[in-house]
Amino acid sequence: MSTPSLMATAAPRPERIAHALVRDVALPGGAGTLALVTVDNGLDHTKPTTLGPAGLAELHRALLTQQHRAVAGEIVAVGVTGKPYYLAAGADLSAVTAISAESDARRVAEAGHTTYRLLGEMGVPTFAYVNGAALGGGLELALHCTYRTVGADVGALALPEAFLGLIPGWGGCYLLPHLVGVRRALEVILTRPLAGNRMTKAAEALELGIVDAVFHPADFLEQSLAWTADVLAGRIVPVRAEIESQEEWDAVVAGARAQLDQRLHGAKTAPYRALALVAAARTADRDSAFAAEDDALTELIMSDQLRAGLYAFDLTSRRARTPAGAPPAELARPVRSVGIVGAGLMAGQLAVLIARRLRVPVVMRDIDDARVAAGLAGIRSQVERQAAKGRMSPDEANRVLASISVSTDLSTLAGADLVIEAVTEVLALKQRVFAELEGVIADDAVLATNTSALSVTAMSAHLRHPERVVGIHFFNPVAQMPLIEVVRTASSTDAAVATAFALAKQLGKTAVGVADRPGFVVNRLLLRLLAEVAAAVEGGTPVRTADVALRPLGLPMGPFALIQLVGLPVALHVLDALHDELGDRYPLSPGLERLATQGRRLVPEPDGHGADLEVDPTIQDAFDKPDGSGALDEAGVLDAVLGGLTEEIGLMLDEGVVDSPDQIDLCMILGANWPLHLGGISPYLDRAGYSERGLGRRLLPRGVADVPAAG
Amino acid sequence: MPSASPRTVRPVVFVEGVRTPFGRARPDGLYAGTRADDLAVKTVRELLRRHPELPPERIDEVAFAATTQTGDQGLTLGRTVAILAGLPQSVPGYAIDRMCAGAMTAVTTTASGIGVGALDVTLAGGVEHMGRHPMGVGAEPNPRFVAERLVSADALNMGNTAENLHDRFPALTRDRADAFGVASQAKYATALAAGQITPDLVAVGLRDPERGWGLATADEPPRPGTRLDDVRNLATPFRAGGRVTAATSAPLTDGAAACLLAAEDTAEELGLGARMRLVSFAYAGVDPAVMGIGPVPATHRALQRAGLAIEDIGLFEINEAFAVQVLSFLDAFGIADDDPRVNPYGGAIAVGHPLASSGVRLMTQLARQFAERTDVRYGITTMCVGLGQGGTVIWENPHHPDYEGYGSTAATIDGSAR
Repeated sequence: MSTPSLMATAAPRPERIAHALVRDVALPGGAGTLALVTVDNGLDHTKPTTLGPAGLAELHRALLTQQHRAVAGEIVAVGVTGKPYYLAAGADLSAVTAISAESDARRVAEAGHTTYRLLGEMGVPTFAYVNGAALGGGLELALHCTYRTVGADVGALALPEAFLGLIPGWGGCYLLPHLVGVRRALEVILTRPLAGNRMTKAAEALELGIVDAVFHPADFLEQSLAWTADVLAGRIVPVRAEIESQEEWDAVVAGARAQLDQRLHGAKTAPYRALALVAAARTADRDSAFAAEDDALTELIMSDQLRAGLYAFDLTSRRARTPAGAPPAELARPVRSVGIVGAGLMAGQLAVLIARRLRVPVVMRDIDDARVAAGLAGIRSQVERQAAKGRMSPDEANRVLASISVSTDLSTLAGADLVIEAVTEVLALKQRVFAELEGVIADDAVLATNTSALSVTAMSAHLRHPERVVGIHFFNPVAQMPLIEVVRTASSTDAAVATAFALAKQLGKTAVGVADRPGFVVNRLLLRLLAEVAAAVEGGTPVRTADVALRPLGLPMGPFALIQLVGLPVALHVLDALHDELGDRYPLSPGLERLATQGRRLVPEPDGHGADLEVDPTIQDAFDKPDGSGALDEAGVLDAVLGGLTEEIGLMLDEGVVDSPDQIDLCMILGANWPLHLGGISPYLDRAGYSERGLGRRLLPRGVADVPAAG
Repeated sequence: MPSASPRTVRPVVFVEGVRTPFGRARPDGLYAGTRADDLAVKTVRELLRRHPELPPERIDEVAFAATTQTGDQGLTLGRTVAILAGLPQSVPGYAIDRMCAGAMTAVTTTASGIGVGALDVTLAGGVEHMGRHPMGVGAEPNPRFVAERLVSADALNMGNTAENLHDRFPALTRDRADAFGVASQAKYATALAAGQITPDLVAVGLRDPERGWGLATADEPPRPGTRLDDVRNLATPFRAGGRVTAATSAPLTDGAAACLLAAEDTAEELGLGARMRLVSFAYAGVDPAVMGIGPVPATHRALQRAGLAIEDIGLFEINEAFAVQVLSFLDAFGIADDDPRVNPYGGAIAVGHPLASSGVRLMTQLARQFAERTDVRYGITTMCVGLGQGGTVIWENPHHPDYEGYGSTAATIDGSAR
C-alpha cells in the first residue's frame, strides 16, 4: 500500500471512491466470457485512483459476484484493469492519518486482504491488465491475479511502502517472493524504495518476472485480451522462475539484513518488518502469511514513524507545490536573460541548469582569462558528460553550450533580468561585486546571491537599490538537490522575491522562503549538529563514540562523513561565520582546524559500494587528550545534539527565519536528506519529548505527524 | 550523362483490409468514449499484426481519410495515425477528403503512386466518428452556391438528395426501397452467421468512465430480424409525405477501416499475398441535388477505361447510403433489385456508413467474396459522394482460373485463422 500525493495531515478529505465497474467481454476466438473489472474513481488523470474503505468494499462486492458467476459457469476468467494511466496508486492513506485506535488500523489491513484474496480464490483464472501506474496496493491488486500483462509505456510499478514507513501488507510480502523469488522480491520491496523510491518500468518488470507479457500501449487492452484467450486455451504457457532453495533464501535474507543494518542501524522499523515477512514467506501458508501482514501493518499504522513519514511525504510532494510565504507569482519579473558572476564549479552547474530549464541566454563573468577558460572547459565537460550518459540529447547539449557565454567583461551582463553572484564567500568581495553590477544592469533587474551563510542584508547595504536583492541558496550538487532557500531581507521587494520563487519553480526545485538570518535553515541546523558533535569531541568524547552516537536517528550519514562530503575547510568556514553571528552555540573546534591545516581526511575514501563511512580513528590525535571529565557516552552525544537542535529550532522560530516548523522539516528533508521517518526533525523532537523539555511546548500539534490521541 | 530509370506502370494489389466493428453514432453508442484517431490506429496495428512479413519501414505512405478534419480527426490523420500506431518515423502520411469516398480515394491515390513507381507499399483507410463530428458541423458553404444557383439549397442534406432521386425516377418507389432495406438487414445477418463479417474486424477496447472498459467485437447498427411490416409505416424525416425512412438509409455511424496496398512485384517479393488486383477506377461529377446517381457515370467511365462491360462484372459492392440510390444504379444497368451479385453481405443500411471509411469496407468485403467465388473474375466497388460525385473501382480476382500474375495461387486467407 502507498499513495503519492494524496495525504492530508489536517482533516482527511472524503474518500475518492474507486468504483469497481464490471463489463462482460467476449474473448476472441469464442474463448468464452471474461468479466472485466475496471477500477476507476471517475476523475481525470490528475486524481489517481486509490483504494479506501468504500472502494475496497465495492471491489469486494464486485469480486464476490464474479466468484458466484464463475461457480455457475457464466464466466471463464476475470480481468482487472484501471482508468487511463492508472491501475491504482495504492491504498488511500488520507484517512490513515486520523486513525487513533488499533482496531481501526487492523481494519485497514484486513480489508485489503479480504478483498484482494478473492482474485486468488475465484475458481477461474484471473488476469491483471496493468495499463498504468501500479503502486503499492495497486501492484498488490495485480499480484493477487493468476497472470499479469503490462503496457509498454508504464513506468511506475512499485511497492514504495518501505519508503514511507509501511510494508506491502496487502499480500505483497508473500505473493511477490513466491512469484519471482526472494532476491528479486527484495529488490522491489526494499532496495528500490530505499534508493530514493525508484520505480520499476514495464520492461524491467517483465525481466524481474513480475508480469508475464508486455504489450504496445496503442492496443494494450485488446492484445491483453487476445493473450488471455491464448493462455486459457493453453496456446501460451507463461513461464515462471523457480524460487530459491531454503538455504539460498536464508542467505539472501541475511545479506539484506546486513545491508539494512549498515544503512539504517535499526533506526527505521518498516524495512525490517518487511524483511521478516519475506524471510518467512517461503514456508508460510497463505492464511498465516496474510495474518502476519495484518499484524505488521496494524503495528506500523499505529507507529509514529509512519505518521511522520506520511506527514513528510505530503510536505515534500503536495504541499511543496505551493510554497508558504511566496508573494503572488504574477509579481515575478520575466527572466529572458540570466547573468552569473563567477565561473567556478558551482557557477558552472548553475549556468547549465538554468540554460537547460529556462532556455534563456546565460552570461557569465569572471575576473581573468584563465578563470574564464577554466569555467568554459568545466561547463563543456559537464554538458558532454550528461550527453554521453544520455541525460541530454545532442541537440540539447548544443543548445545549452551555445546559450552560455563567459567573459571577463562585466558589461556583458547589462541585459540580464536576473544576476546571480557565485563568487568566493567573502563579504567584502560580494559587496564589491554587487556595487559594480549596479553600474551596469537595469534599475529593475534582480540581484541574487548564492551565499550559504553570509548576510544578504550586509551584502546589499550600500547599494542604491537594495530592495532588488534576494538570496537564492542552491545546494550542492545543484542539478540533483531539490531545495532552494529563497532569502528575503527587510528591504527585498515582493517582485524580487517572486522572481526567485519563479526561478526555483522553473528549475523544478522546491523553494522555501527564509529570513536573512545566519545559515538560513539547513546550514544553521546541520552546523548546530556538527558543532555539538565537535564540542563533545573537544570535551573529551572519543571520535568513534561521537560518530556512532547519532545512528538511532537513521540520518543519511554520520557527522564526520558529512563534514568530509561538504569539505572540511568549507564546513569550518561556515562554522566560523555562524560562530561570529550566533555566538557560543557554535563553538570553534581547534581539533578540526588542526585537521584542516594538515589536509587530512576524516573518513576513508568511499569504497564505491555506498557503505557507511565511519570516522578514521587516527584523527583522534588531532584533539586534546581526553581527561575524562567532559567525555560523553553515545546517549550523551545524541542527547546533546537533539537538545541543541531543539534549542536552535526554537530560536529560529522566534526570529522568524520561517513561519512554522513544517518549513524547517521541508528544508531538512530536501536540503539535507533527513529521513521521512523523523518527519524531517520536528515530529521526532516532539515524540522524543525534546520540544516539551527544551521549549516547553510541542512544535507540531498532536496528530499532525504522529498518532493522534485516542477518542 | 546519367538518366533516370524508365517508368513503367506497375500493377497494384489489394493485400488485405480490416475494419473496426461499427458503432452507432449516439451518446450511448459503442464508441461514445473512444477517439476517432484511436479507431484508425487499431486498424493499422491489426494490418501490421496480420502481416509480420512486412517490415514496417517498407510502408511508403499512410493516407487516411475523414470528412470532418478537425479535433480527433484533424492534424493530418495519416501522419498522426502512423505515429500513434508505432510505425517508424521514416514513414510519411497525409490526410485525404472526398467525403464518403475518402477511403476509396486514399486507395486510388496511393495506388496511383504505386502505379507510377513512386511507392511500393501503402496503407490507405478512413475513419469517421459521426458521433463526435455530426455531418456538416463547422462547414461554412459559400453563399454563392445558393445565390448563383450553383447547388440547390437542399443538396447539402443527403436525405433530401435521396428524396430528389425518388422524384427524378418515379419507378423508384418506396415499396422497392423498403424491400431493399429489409433485404440488406437479412443479408447482413446471414453473412454474420456464416462467419463472413467477423474475420475482417479488429476488436476495439472501449473506454467508458461510467461503465468501465469493454471490448467491441461486433457491429452495433444492424437490426436483425427486420421485416417489411416493421418498416412500411416508418416516418419520412426528410420530407413530409416523402419516401426515405430510417430503414432505407444508412444509419449515422462511427468506425474506421484500412487496407494494405502493394505493387504486385513488391507483394511477391515480401510474400504479402494478393486478394484483389486493381483494374481501373474513375470518379465522376453529377448534379449535387441527386448525388446518389454518381456511381452510374463513374462506373461507365471505369468500365470504359478497363475495356470491360457491365456484363463482365460478377460482384458488386455498392455503398448503401440510401436504398433509392442503389436502386437507381441497378435500374441504370438493368440489374434486378434482388440480384445476388449485389451486396451479398448486405450493406450500409444494415452495417452503417462511417462516411470516409466505407470505401475500404466495400473492398474488404469484395476481397472476401472473391476468395469464395473463384468463378468471378471482376468485381466493382462503387459509392456516391455528397455534392454530386460518384466513384468506382474495378478489381480482378486472383483466384480466378484465368488470372495471371502474383497471387493467382493465393489461398483463401482468413484473418481469424492466423
